[in-house]
Amino acid sequence: MSDLLEVDNLRISARNDDDELTPIVKGVSFTVGRGEVVALIGESGSGKTTIALSSLGYTKPGLEFTGGEVRLEGEDVISMDSDQLRGLRGHRVAYLAQSAAATFNPALTIGEQVTETCVLHGILTQEEADARAETLYRALELPDPDKLGKRYPHQVSGGQLQRLMAATALCGKPDLLVLDEPTTALDVTTQIEVLKAFKSVIKQEGAAAIYVTHDLSVVAQIADHIVVLYAGEIQEYDTAEQVVEKPSHDYTRRLMHAVRPPPAAGQGDETTGEHRREAPALEVKDLLAGYGRIQSGLPAIPVLRDVNVAIERGHSVGIIGESGCGKSTLARVMAGLLPAAEGQVLLDGEELKPALEQRKREELQKIQFVFQMADTALNPRQRIDNILGRPLEFYLGLKGNEKRRRIGELLDMVELPQEFAGRYPEELSGGQKQRINLARALAASPEVLLCDEVISALDSIVGANVIELLKRLRKQTGVSFVFISHDLSTVASFADEIVVLYAGRVVEKGVTDKVLSPPYHPYTRLLISSVPELRVGWLEETMQTQEAQAGIDRVVTLKDKGCPFFDRCPVAIEDTCDQETPPVRTLAGNHAIECHRSEAEFAH
Amino acid sequence: MSEPSQETSASTQFDELPTAPPKRKIRLSWPGKIGVSVLIFWAIIVVIGPTIAPYHEADILDEELFIVPGSDEMYPDTDFQPPSSIVLLGSDYLGRDTLSRILFGARTTIGISLLATLLAYLIGVTLGIAAAVGSKFLDMCLSRVNDALLSIPSIMFALVLIAALNSPGIFWLILIAGFIYAASVFRIARSLGQEVMVSDFVEAAKVRGEGLWWIITREVLPNIAMPLATDFGLRFVWVILFISSLSFLGLGVQPPMSDWGSMVKENLSGLVYGSVAPLMPALAIATLTISVNMIVDDISAATGGKLAKRMIS
Amino acid sequence: MLWRAILGRFGISLVTLWVVSILIFIGTNLLPGDVAQIILGQTATPESTAALRAKLGLDKHPIEQYWVWLQNVMMGDLGISKAGLGAGLGTPIVEMLGPRVDNTLRLTLIVGAVAIPISLFLGLIAAMHPGTRLDRSITFATLNLISVPDFLVATALVLIFAVSLGWLPSIVYLRGDETGWVLLKTLAMPILTLVILVSSQIIRMTRATVLNVMSSPYIEMAILKGVPRRRIILRHALFNAVGPIVNVIALNLAWLVGGVVVVEQIFSYPGLAKLMIEAVQMRDMPLVQACAMIFCATYIVLIFIADIASILSNPRLRHPK
Repeated sequence: MSDLLEVDNLRISARNDDDELTPIVKGVSFTVGRGEVVALIGESGSGKTTIALSSLGYTKPGLEFTGGEVRLEGEDVISMDSDQLRGLRGHRVAYLAQSAAATFNPALTIGEQVTETCVLHGILTQEEADARAETLYRALELPDPDKLGKRYPHQVSGGQLQRLMAATALCGKPDLLVLDEPTTALDVTTQIEVLKAFKSVIKQEGAAAIYVTHDLSVVAQIADHIVVLYAGEIQEYDTAEQVVEKPSHDYTRRLMHAVRPPPAAGQGDETTGEHRREAPALEVKDLLAGYGRIQSGLPAIPVLRDVNVAIERGHSVGIIGESGCGKSTLARVMAGLLPAAEGQVLLDGEELKPALEQRKREELQKIQFVFQMADTALNPRQRIDNILGRPLEFYLGLKGNEKRRRIGELLDMVELPQEFAGRYPEELSGGQKQRINLARALAASPEVLLCDEVISALDSIVGANVIELLKRLRKQTGVSFVFISHDLSTVASFADEIVVLYAGRVVEKGVTDKVLSPPYHPYTRLLISSVPELRVGWLEETMQTQEAQAGIDRVVTLKDKGCPFFDRCPVAIEDTCDQETPPVRTLAGNHAIECHRSEAEFAH
Repeated sequence: MSEPSQETSASTQFDELPTAPPKRKIRLSWPGKIGVSVLIFWAIIVVIGPTIAPYHEADILDEELFIVPGSDEMYPDTDFQPPSSIVLLGSDYLGRDTLSRILFGARTTIGISLLATLLAYLIGVTLGIAAAVGSKFLDMCLSRVNDALLSIPSIMFALVLIAALNSPGIFWLILIAGFIYAASVFRIARSLGQEVMVSDFVEAAKVRGEGLWWIITREVLPNIAMPLATDFGLRFVWVILFISSLSFLGLGVQPPMSDWGSMVKENLSGLVYGSVAPLMPALAIATLTISVNMIVDDISAATGGKLAKRMIS
Repeated sequence: MLWRAILGRFGISLVTLWVVSILIFIGTNLLPGDVAQIILGQTATPESTAALRAKLGLDKHPIEQYWVWLQNVMMGDLGISKAGLGAGLGTPIVEMLGPRVDNTLRLTLIVGAVAIPISLFLGLIAAMHPGTRLDRSITFATLNLISVPDFLVATALVLIFAVSLGWLPSIVYLRGDETGWVLLKTLAMPILTLVILVSSQIIRMTRATVLNVMSSPYIEMAILKGVPRRRIILRHALFNAVGPIVNVIALNLAWLVGGVVVVEQIFSYPGLAKLMIEAVQMRDMPLVQACAMIFCATYIVLIFIADIASILSNPRLRHPK
């Protein structure tokens, strides 16, 4: 018997308004055996999702099949009529999309959506399907499996929805699962759990899978074979071990290179600012900040509490935490975009006014903010030379030739050609826009650069190049960096010091080496152990550990008392951790951990 | 089971792939092209209409003109005459040339509507931007009043004002139409402005320390100009229909002046004789409004229907 | 949460109605001229003017006048029409409104009953087959119809059905005792006109709403799950479009108010809108106020219904966490 799925010289093109065809997928061939997981890996525009969807005989609107075959058990799905396709989809091939939150119909119950397919295809009766759904909920470790079906999508969390989508796909016992970036939108601690659930369920059900992702380390955990794609063409196609351990193709090596090593001590960038002055370049003290109306000193939605961070001159401080921990809020408070309810922001030891309207122009000049999304941070109606020229004019009073010369220098600094000065942002690629975004901040000749998730919207190779650029700029300019990211590996490779935020509190901070080596705060330990490593078998090893258990998806809650990590902490002390705010324990080498456990207890 | 690793053209450069497809250009469909031509035609008529008109708008045509050669009829009817070589679009209830009256009336109808739309934009955009960039309190006050204004059907509101002002002249008509339509312009300008105000590039300007004036003129206005221009087209259509309806009800443009709407009204009695006199000016309005809508339709198709969606809601 | 949202909407509608009443009151008192004198015209003597002023409450402060007016309106007393006032016997407006409201209500109800099913059907058909010839013709025709003046549609229909074909009367002459076919034939022209006008609006907006829902990721997911087309539209899409569509219908019924003004005038239909035009022409301000309030209140009630529909169709509000 042949393979389950054979993709044979597949060609897909996009048709534009002029009826011209642009090839998107240019003759791709690979096979998926029964029970096998094949990963399609590539950056945006590589055609990976388009190829994966072809196994359901589907193309996104505007695209069309222009050649080749996709055979499921020898039968070409591209030439199937719509009745045959309906019988195929959800029954023999099931699809899991990237964002479960968008793909669940908000108006229907979860149960109806999970069981719909197999009931419609006549595989199971409604009662059997409900029972099977409940079994799947249990297998996927979802809470309240007996009541879950009656709830609506908005009533469960993102990580749970992602697993519910797996239940939807598996309910009809498909031969082939198509998973499209199913963990990309999740936090690392949630991702590991979802990955584990997917992997064990795929094994249990004996289904084959196509796994689409841009993340090599995730692929290494789950795939048997890897197809590396670039611009609609296969660059490398081999077993997972072979591709991960001995990549033969240039592009794969570049992708591998862009994957930052897992966070570990001894990899931080060396400190450049040796001459420490008395006052740090930027410091926040006892910060309390949040959104909404401030009543009796407390904002309606408090986000940050008791936050103390100091950025020494020429240092780079990484701020790490998961979504909702308040890291971007911290940057906004520093920049003055969000006035703090309590506490101080000090620049060179001088207290700054909380709101930016009250700050002096020189103060504003010294702190520059680099926004996460270059797409939205650059005014689409301004040319690059205007975007870069404005801060030069505004802060430094440069005009005419002098200004033009400086714009040229700035473009040089961010490694972009001079002729970009005359372009509009939409004529640039994502990485180029992010470089302009950086150049604009540098144009002000700042002392502190606040970088908010500057590479998280970029493809891995492009992002890695931007990190290299940032490192070089730091050495060149001596500017202090506040580097905010949800990705511990990125922070570890860039920062001198790391601040770990959890639910608006600093749980640990110190020099990178100290934070990334024991003793750890339990949350830091969980974070570090959740970052996937680029080797086969990592997932299984990690799941054995105690920390991984703490990753069980729970909603992060901001609390008025006690330790915010209490719910998830594997070493929590009942009646202490949930009642009292943990003390700050200062360890050797300016390393601070906020925890009720003692130093001796952290060690293991 | 699987093939050995395969390599494709090894010299590929692996540059960053383009992130977004090139922006779609505005492409005129054939109705759109016709729309543009008709619009240009009426623009020319506004300027030269009276000079090319075969008769003066107020001329009551001589009976002699209508005497059929060879007939012995001395006093033929001149009113509600069907289209002929003498009166291309027929004559009206007083025996005036419909074509000439339409050519003269273009100025009144288009002029009043254009001025009223401009006024609506002046008020609506100014206050809308003020609400978008100003304090929450200002926004709340303006928006509440605006909501109330919007919940009065525009024709009702106009009727109340016209009754109160006792059949006012053209100046007041423009003012009333401009004021009533400013409410919907306010809503659009405010929501467009708010959208831009929360964008990262405006935050970047704020962090830089830019003043409000810079933010409004350099960051906000250039980014809302295009959608506002499209909306201007739609609003212009509505104002034309609104003014014409008022004139049709006898409450808009008053005699001796006349516009297309009042021409329909005064000739309505011809309808029972099957006269086309009331139809012609109505058709003139239709050519103008349909043209603008066809062009706007093409523009919103090019911008992914985003504009259209906003305008519906 | 659901009830709070509904109550909130209700509160906003009440406030809006109140603000509208103020706006109408200000609007109708815009000219400082002495209304009593205008009413009495040449017969005015200082004594009779003063008497009328007192009778109309015009000697009081404007705010007090408004307050008295508002109280009266809420008690169902809409005031006294100017008609016949000179002779000292004003007609109570409520009496004048009765038959007119009946007529307008009858017309709009028939139009709604005909237009809503037709336009929902056509709108859904167009949305289910986007880009096809059928969809394109529906879109094109409705775009044209919403672009042209109401009175063009009306005059064109008269020329076709009344003048050329001679099937239907060109103006409505209601004797008041018509029933069944006779009534329907009498009303056919205004009904036809309004149905065409309202349907084009509802068709376009239904199509846009359904297409909007059809482009959401969960519909693509339903396709990829192999759900049959019928079920996708009737269960997945329509469930999410119900709120917006009810909204569309309510908004268009409210919009009918404007269309009714022109149509009642053109067919001499003795409805509320025609009464208002007459009042405006005669500067019968109390009557103008009363008619405007009725129209605005109807409008606000319809908008309120539309809001309730969208609240009820929102699963987040129906099933809170």
